[in-house]
Amino acid sequence: MSQQEQLLNLNLKVWRQKNRKDSGHFEDYRLEGVSTDSSFLEMIDQLNEQLVAENKDPITFDHDCREGICGSCSMMINGQAHGPEKQTTTCQLHMRSFKNEDTVVIEPWRARAFPVMKDLMVDRSSFDKIIQSGGFISVNTGNAQDANAIPVSKENADLAMDAATCIGCGACVASCPNASAMLFTSAKISQLALLPQGRVEAEERVSSMVKTMDEEGFGNCTNHAECEASCPKGINLSNIARMNKEYIFSKIKGK
Amino acid sequence: MLAHNYFTSSIGKKQILALTGLGLLGFTVTHLAGNFFLFVGADAFNKYAYTLTSNPLIYVAEAGLIGMFLLHVVLALVLKTENHSARPVKYYNKTRTGRGETIASATMPITGVIILVFIILHLLNFKFGAHYTTNVAGTEMRDLYRVVIEYFANPLYVAWYCFAVCALGLHTSHGVQSVFQTWGFNHKSYTPHIKTAGVLYGLFVAIGFSSLAIFCHFQN
Ligand code: FES
Repeated sequence: MSQQEQLLNLNLKVWRQKNRKDSGHFEDYRLEGVSTDSSFLEMIDQLNEQLVAENKDPITFDHDCREGICGSCSMMINGQAHGPEKQTTTCQLHMRSFKNEDTVVIEPWRARAFPVMKDLMVDRSSFDKIIQSGGFISVNTGNAQDANAIPVSKENADLAMDAATCIGCGACVASCPNASAMLFTSAKISQLALLPQGRVEAEERVSSMVKTMDEEGFGNCTNHAECEASCPKGINLSNIARMNKEYIFSKIKGK
Repeated sequence: MLAHNYFTSSIGKKQILALTGLGLLGFTVTHLAGNFFLFVGADAFNKYAYTLTSNPLIYVAEAGLIGMFLLHVVLALVLKTENHSARPVKYYNKTRTGRGETIASATMPITGVIILVFIILHLLNFKFGAHYTTNVAGTEMRDLYRVVIEYFANPLYVAWYCFAVCALGLHTSHGVQSVFQTWGFNHKSYTPHIKTAGVLYGLFVAIGFSSLAIFCHFQN
């Protein structure tokens, strides 16, 4: 490794909230001896150990895979979703992105559709509801089909795979000035709409997923592209354009 | 709760906002092009204004324009209100990534309000302003040229006008690319050109109208 490991002393400002009803507040913590080689979540683990040793309530935050694939880890770090690095989830963010004596502000995602449950953990079941309303294909089960039985163009296969890299972390909603979920919803619509297997139900899908998205209380996209800029998977704004197009066609056909 | 259909959906409202915006973009350049008659001279401008306003179809066009404009403003307000309530608790600290939002996109509501105020004053000052008459080639008509020149005699009005049309330029520069994105057109190689075209459109509008105001000021 080119960079030498260093130890950082940090001033942390973390959102603490007991439960959904609590109004919450920021608390300041001093954490010393944080390795630049540790990940951001390991840094919070270290802080939590310190809190437990002091007999205080540790900070609740979502995490699971810690390798950038599950989308659980979600927090606003110094005003940016998943922190300062491009296309990096919080769990993949290293402390070498920070300097000694930095003040780091950590907040939960803020959106009406993502109510805070405790500290940094938010309820993202509105995303699940969007998926449940159409983010699937109906197939008869049985033997797996032969590979290449359904021809798919290389271009569409690539675009569908790009859309499918969405891990549903919610950074798009968190960073959107309007708290819109259109990047997420459009990625989930695109990954299916681009493939023949997904075309069958494409019109009903877009109609019902957009309906659920609106009902869950997300905002409306105004084409700022902050979502694309803060997406840890680099999901592209062209997915939203595709959803807009799919939507108008589905409405013309009365779906 | 309204039934969820195209017109109450997020995408439907956005698309109608974009469509009315497109109509207004078209009106803006036509209006600017017509105003270039000011550079030609008093008679040319008055004759142009007379030809335009004496055509009975003007009422249809004006009604359409007012309709589009009101729809645009109302939808923008509805969307803005919804977006505001979509984040009841604001961030303590929120920085832009620098890779998304632009000055134009971030100031859409502010520039929109400036344009709204500007248009109301603009109509009062010009369309419903002083009524002088003149005679061009034997036809009695309104001397709109004089109204314009007299208005721009005041340097403060020139400054306000230039400020407002710069806001219009900024607003429309985001509008042009938004129309395409919202109506489902986003292409790897064309979209960057559309964005450039939007900026050029905005510059053309801002510089075009400003130059007219400054030109008229020096006609006094
Ligand atoms: S913990 Fe799974 S993506 Fe970060």
